[in-house]
Amino acid sequence: MTGRADAAITARRRPFILFRGHRPTNPALQSALRHIVVICLLIAILYPIVWMIVASFRPGEEALNGLGLSFSHLTISNYRQGLNGMNFSRFFLNSLFLAVVEIIGTLFSCTLAAYAFARLDFRFRRVLFAILIGALLLPSQVLIVPQYVIFHHLNLVGTYLPLILPHFLGIDAFFIFLNTQFIRGLPRELDDAARIDGCGEIKIFLRVVLPLSLPAVATTAMFMFINSWNDLLGPLLYLSNTSLFTVPQGLTTLLDTTGQSSFGALFAMSTLSLIPVAAFFFTGQKLLVDGIAMTGLK
Amino acid sequence: MSTVRQANRAASIVTRAVKAPRSTPVGDSQPQTGTRARRTVRIRRGSGGNRTGRRQNIAYLFLAPWLLGLLGVMIGPMLYSLYLSFTDYDLLSSPHWIGLQNFTNLIHDPQYIQSVKVTSLFVVVSVPLVLVVSLALALFLNRGLRLLRVYRTLFYLPSLLGTSVAIAVLWLKVFGQPGLLNDTLALFGISHGSWIGNPATALYTVVVLNLWAFGATMIIFLAGLRQVPREYYEAAQIDGAGWWNRLWHITLPGISPLIFFNLLLDTVAAFQTFTSAYVIGGGNGQPAGSLLFYSVYLYIQGFTNLKMGYASAMAWIMFLALAAFAALCFLSARFWVHYGSER
Repeated sequence: MTGRADAAITARRRPFILFRGHRPTNPALQSALRHIVVICLLIAILYPIVWMIVASFRPGEEALNGLGLSFSHLTISNYRQGLNGMNFSRFFLNSLFLAVVEIIGTLFSCTLAAYAFARLDFRFRRVLFAILIGALLLPSQVLIVPQYVIFHHLNLVGTYLPLILPHFLGIDAFFIFLNTQFIRGLPRELDDAARIDGCGEIKIFLRVVLPLSLPAVATTAMFMFINSWNDLLGPLLYLSNTSLFTVPQGLTTLLDTTGQSSFGALFAMSTLSLIPVAAFFFTGQKLLVDGIAMTGLK
Repeated sequence: MSTVRQANRAASIVTRAVKAPRSTPVGDSQPQTGTRARRTVRIRRGSGGNRTGRRQNIAYLFLAPWLLGLLGVMIGPMLYSLYLSFTDYDLLSSPHWIGLQNFTNLIHDPQYIQSVKVTSLFVVVSVPLVLVVSLALALFLNRGLRLLRVYRTLFYLPSLLGTSVAIAVLWLKVFGQPGLLNDTLALFGISHGSWIGNPATALYTVVVLNLWAFGATMIIFLAGLRQVPREYYEAAQIDGAGWWNRLWHITLPGISPLIFFNLLLDTVAAFQTFTSAYVIGGGNGQPAGSLLFYSVYLYIQGFTNLKMGYASAMAWIMFLALAAFAALCFLSARFWVHYGSER
């Protein structure tokens, strides 16, 4: 299938290939077929989400009725039940707070370190950079036990600090990397000009480099938001007081305690929890998609 | 927590880093290769020691938060957990040195063996599957399809949602009974029990979840395919190379750096699968231990049973296994990863 498509397109671009002529195909038909395949795939992939959204608006006992999308009896009772009766309005605020603080911490530590790696010469630079690459590969689960023990001794278990603090200390090697690569791509003449004008490194960082690396900063903030918003393990370890719970934690607790009986509310809250990520995705998808491809490759 | 997505993104960027020394043109203003960087430093130190010294200090000022974190929340804790792995420690009394006892206990712990089996099977099935599907679809989409940007975007969406509890909850109702899959099969007159409740199939529902989120990997491949020089294909066409030959001799070598890093980082991420396994497995790897992922068992031992020494031993074994895998990847890379086309 792919082979045919491949050949057809190459043929369209390079007409002389047609002289090989052992595949008399109609390019328009080929193209239509390919679109159909892709669209079918997308439907299969995205249908469950659509189904969940519709199901979340059906009254509790009907929520899981079958494969179809029935639009009769729609109600927001599941949402009301989840947000008010099950404390989710609180969980959403908690998750939002955590995400915002973690983004601030990440931007603080990662842009500073990135500037040093991209622009400054210092002893052990290559060694430290190699360590940074190693940290990219380090499984975070190696760290959870000792970190927990340390935070336990500091009497911080049960607060947000164990979740927040590591981000202010640049635990996210990936984002340091992303920003380093981005800053490396900025023209050096600008900082040299600023330096001639008498700016120190801190001023150059704040006035020249940081404003120019806004795309990388925005990408970092978005990815960090998604990571923080989706994280389950961290809150599960450190938070036991219900009033501090995050959304993922609230969802697992709801699933554990009520099981099958409240899937309506569970679906409603799940749908609601996907909205911020989807919103970021649709507003910033160019940054996100290009952030993956561009920053890394060209 | 690092996710598959993040790892994937890292892949493309790490690739760049590895390539950088080779592809840096001579006149480049940024000293990147080892010798040049070192030489620059030496010259500066020779001519204007005072100023260089100040810039050194400023560099460490910029790096201070990260360095503090490196020692305080990474290297320090790692060494501490190495120590803990040789102790019996429950957080309440102080750690008690027991030598290799934790490690010998692990070998004789059937649940631990089960978790190793489950996780290995998952990695071995899931990672190649994601790589092959991503690459196949990237090849399929890369042929000047109209609306490519729209398709690419939509394929990417699941990879942002894939690690959320919400999607794991949804999965319970896609592969459960009742569930979307069974409802679909019923249309064809096939009836089947819960896929998640059945120990033989439960793991594969998580494999499918991981596959569902393949978009980020695919985007990296798509970007990589654009980098393979057109002329190679034209030359091959003239020589009469078929589709298979072009794939095998041009496309795959051309994007081998991306395959390398996707493989490495997808594997690291797959080893750490937690959220989906925890939610779908009901918090303890049900049914019949078929979803007892390594990370779930580590969580149970460390934070339900408060066996911090035991959990540390598990963490260190995982770390060593992944380090060995990474070393193997890097050592084998010279035989199958090509940077030639990048010049």
